[in-house]
Amino acid sequence: MNLAGYEIGKFYDEMFEDDGRPRAPVRPLVKKIESLSPGELANRQQAADRALVQAGITFNVYGESAGLEKVLPFDLVPRMVTATEWETIEKGLKQRIHALNLFIDDIYNDRRIIKDRAVPPEIITSSKGFRTQCVGLHPPRGLWCHITGTDLVRHSDGQIYVLEDNLRCPSGVSYVLENRRLMKSLFPEVFDASKIRPVSNYPIHLRDMLEYLAPDGGGTPRVVLLTPGVYNSAYFEHSFLAQQMGVELVQGSDLVVFDGFVWMRTTKGFEHVDVIYRRVDDDFLDPEAFRADSMLGVPGLMEVYKAGHVALANAPGTGVADDKVVYAYVPRIIKYYLGEDIILPNVPTYICAEADGLAYVLEHLPELVVKAANESGGYGMLIGPHATAAECAEFARRIKADPRNYIAQPTLSLSRVPTLVNGALEGRHVDLRPYILYGKDIFVLPGGLTRVALKKGSLVVNSSQGGGTKDTWVLASDVGTAEQSQTQGPMTASGGRT
Amino acid sequence: MLSRVAESIYWMSRYVERAENVARFVDVNLNLMLDTPTADQQWQPLVNITGDHADFAKRHGGVASSENVIQFLTFDRENPNSIISCLRAARENARSVREIISSEMWLQLNTFYLMVNSAASSGKGFESPHNFFNDVKMASHLFTGLTNATMTHGEAWHFGRLGLMLERADKTSRILDVKYFILLRSVAEVGTIYDDVQWVAVLRSASAFEMYRKRHGRISPTGIVEFLLLDAEFPRAVRYCLNSARDSLHAISGTPEGSDRKPAEKLLGQICSDLAHASVEEIVKAGLHEYLDTLQTNLNRASTGIYERFFATRVPESGRPAKEKAQ
Repeated sequence: MNLAGYEIGKFYDEMFEDDGRPRAPVRPLVKKIESLSPGELANRQQAADRALVQAGITFNVYGESAGLEKVLPFDLVPRMVTATEWETIEKGLKQRIHALNLFIDDIYNDRRIIKDRAVPPEIITSSKGFRTQCVGLHPPRGLWCHITGTDLVRHSDGQIYVLEDNLRCPSGVSYVLENRRLMKSLFPEVFDASKIRPVSNYPIHLRDMLEYLAPDGGGTPRVVLLTPGVYNSAYFEHSFLAQQMGVELVQGSDLVVFDGFVWMRTTKGFEHVDVIYRRVDDDFLDPEAFRADSMLGVPGLMEVYKAGHVALANAPGTGVADDKVVYAYVPRIIKYYLGEDIILPNVPTYICAEADGLAYVLEHLPELVVKAANESGGYGMLIGPHATAAECAEFARRIKADPRNYIAQPTLSLSRVPTLVNGALEGRHVDLRPYILYGKDIFVLPGGLTRVALKKGSLVVNSSQGGGTKDTWVLASDVGTAEQSQTQGPMTASGGRT
Repeated sequence: MLSRVAESIYWMSRYVERAENVARFVDVNLNLMLDTPTADQQWQPLVNITGDHADFAKRHGGVASSENVIQFLTFDRENPNSIISCLRAARENARSVREIISSEMWLQLNTFYLMVNSAASSGKGFESPHNFFNDVKMASHLFTGLTNATMTHGEAWHFGRLGLMLERADKTSRILDVKYFILLRSVAEVGTIYDDVQWVAVLRSASAFEMYRKRHGRISPTGIVEFLLLDAEFPRAVRYCLNSARDSLHAISGTPEGSDRKPAEKLLGQICSDLAHASVEEIVKAGLHEYLDTLQTNLNRASTGIYERFFATRVPESGRPAKEKAQ
C-alpha cells in the first residue's frame, strides 16, 4: 500500500513529521503497511470488524429501542506514544490524581483550601457533582478516586494537554484490552519489531487495588462489580472486567443490607461483600441516601459504607472535581497541596466567574470554545469559530446570566492519525484516555483508549457521536527501535542554560 | 453462586434446548409430509406439542398450514416459544452471565442467534428448510458440547444441565403425548405402511430411530413408548433426562442420597423412582395421556420448587435492614 498520497495538512500528525517522513518509532509499522498489497489492509480491517461482532463486543445506544447493540468502530492503524513522552504523561497524571484526591478529601472535610483562599468557596458548593451526603466522610485508606480516565489531547503546537479528568467510573478500558488482543492477532510481526508495552495486566492491578480497600477482617476480601444491568451502554465492559478479575458481577437486586453489612443472594444463602467496584452513578447508588426512585441501587448501602463495613470504588462525591470550573483551578490545586508546578498542563482556561476571565471571554467569543460546567458527551457547548453571530450572542447572554456555569478555552487543533477510510488512509483527529488506578500507590496503564473522530474534519470523538477507537502503543524504549530517533535525543550538543 | 446467575444459566440452557426441540418437530414433520403423499397435511399437532395452540389460533386463524406453522414456530418474534424468541432469550440470559460461562459458549450462542436472525430476514428457513433446521440442531449440539467441554463441571454447569434435562424431558413427553393421541385415533391406518412411517417419524424427531432399532428391533407403539419414556440409557428418554436432572440437583445442594431432602429434590427423586418401577403395559392400559399429564404436572411442581429453593432467596427472619436497626 502506497502512503505517498497521504495528506498531513496543517495538523500535528502522530505518525508523520511535517515533511512527510514517518516518525522514527513508527517506521516498522509504516514499513509493514507499505508492504501490504492494496486491499489487504481493508481485508484485515474487515476481519477485525467481524471478530468484534461475533464476540459481541458492543455498546448499547441510549434513546434507541432497548437492547440495540452497536459495535464501537475500531480502526486498525494504531496510535504510538514514545517512551520519553509517556514518562512525562505518567508523571503528570500521577501528580494530578494525587492532588485531586487530596482536594476531594479536603472539600468534604476540613476545607483548608477554601479557608486559605486558594479557591473561591462558591465553586465547590455550586458544583453539580458535590454531594452533601459525603460531607465528613472518611473513605477506606483515605482514597476517593481509585479509577480515573483522564482525557488528553495534543494541540498543533505539539504539546499534550489535559482536557478532562473523568473521576466518576470512566468507561472504555475494556476496549483498550480487546483492541490490543485484536491487533496482536492482526499485526504480530510489527509488535515484535516495535517493543510495545503490554496492557493485559490491567485486571490484575485493578483487583489488587480493590482488595487493598477492603475493611480489615482477614481472609481474601470478597470483591464484586455492581452494574446497572444488561441494558446499560457499558454492560459489555462490566461483564468483561468482572470476568477478567474473577469477581462476581452483581446487580442492585443481588445485594441486600442487613445486620450492618452488605450481602449478596446466592444459591446457598447470603454471603458477605467487602468491596464494591460500582459502575452505577452516585445518584442511583442507594435510594435511601440519594435518588429515592432508583431501582438500580442497594437500599442502606451508604450507612454501611459510612460505618466502614464496605468499600466503594470510586467513592461517591468524586464528581465535585469533574466540574469544568474546578478543572480550571487544578494548576492552583496542585500547587496548594503538593507545592509543585503542574507537569501536564491544562488547556488554558478562562473562568467566567472571575472578572477578567469573563471580560476576555465576552470579547473573544468567536475564537473560543465555551463549555457549560458538568455537561459531558460533547453536549452544551459553543464552538466559536463554527458558530454564527446569533449563536455567539445567545451564548453571551447565557454566560452573563450565569457566569459561574461557564468556562472558555482557545479552539484546539487536535492531532491526527492516519485512519482507514474507504480503503485509503486519511488523517482523522484523536484524543487519548489513559487509565489511572489509585490504591497502595498510583498506577498508570501504559496505553489507553485513543478515540478517533471518524467524520472528516470532526473534532468530536465521543462514541455516541460517531467516534471510533484505535489501539494505543506505548514504546518500552525509544532507543531499541529499528532506527535511532532523529527527532529527539536525550543528549544535545548545545546543553547550555540561559 | 449468585441466585440470579444460577437462574440465568438454568434458563439459558432451557431455551437453547427448547429451540432445538422445535427444530426437531418441524423438520420431522416436513419429512413426514414427503412420505405421505395421500394424507392430509398434518401441521396442527406441531402447534399442540409446544402448548401454544390458543396463541396460534388467535393470531393465525384456525387453519394450520406448513407456512403459517413454520413461521409461527420458527421466526415469529411474538411467539415466546418460537426458535428465534428462544434464542433471543437464551442470548439475553447468556449476556447477563458472560463472565461465568466460557467465551467459547458465548461466541457460539451469539453466532447461533445471528444465524437464525439472518435466516429470518433472508427467507432461508423457507427456501431450504431441511438445511436450516439441521443447522439449528447442530448449532445447539455445538453449544451443548462446548458447555460440557469448556466449562468447569461445578455448580453453574449443574444448573445448566438441570435446565436442559428438565426441558428435554418435558419436550419428549409432549412429542409422545401428541403423536400417540393422533396415531391411535386413525384406527383405519393401524398396521398400514403409513402407520409405520408415522412411528418412525416420532422416533426420528427424538433422534431415536437407530438406537431404538438396536434395543427393540420391531416397530411397535408400546416399544416406542417404553423406549422414549422409560429407557435409562438413551439420552433423550424421559427417564434418562430426569435421572440426570436429579443427579445435578444433588450435586448443587450437596444433600446425600436418602437424607432429609428439600421439596424439589424429594419430588424429582419420587418421579425418577416411579419411572424406574413403571411397566409400559400398565401405563398404556391406564391411559398414556393421563400418565403423561400427571408427569408434566409433577415436573412443573419440581421447577417451582427449584425456583423457590435457589432463585428466590429471601432475607432471613433475623435480618433487618440497616436503617431499621439503627433506629
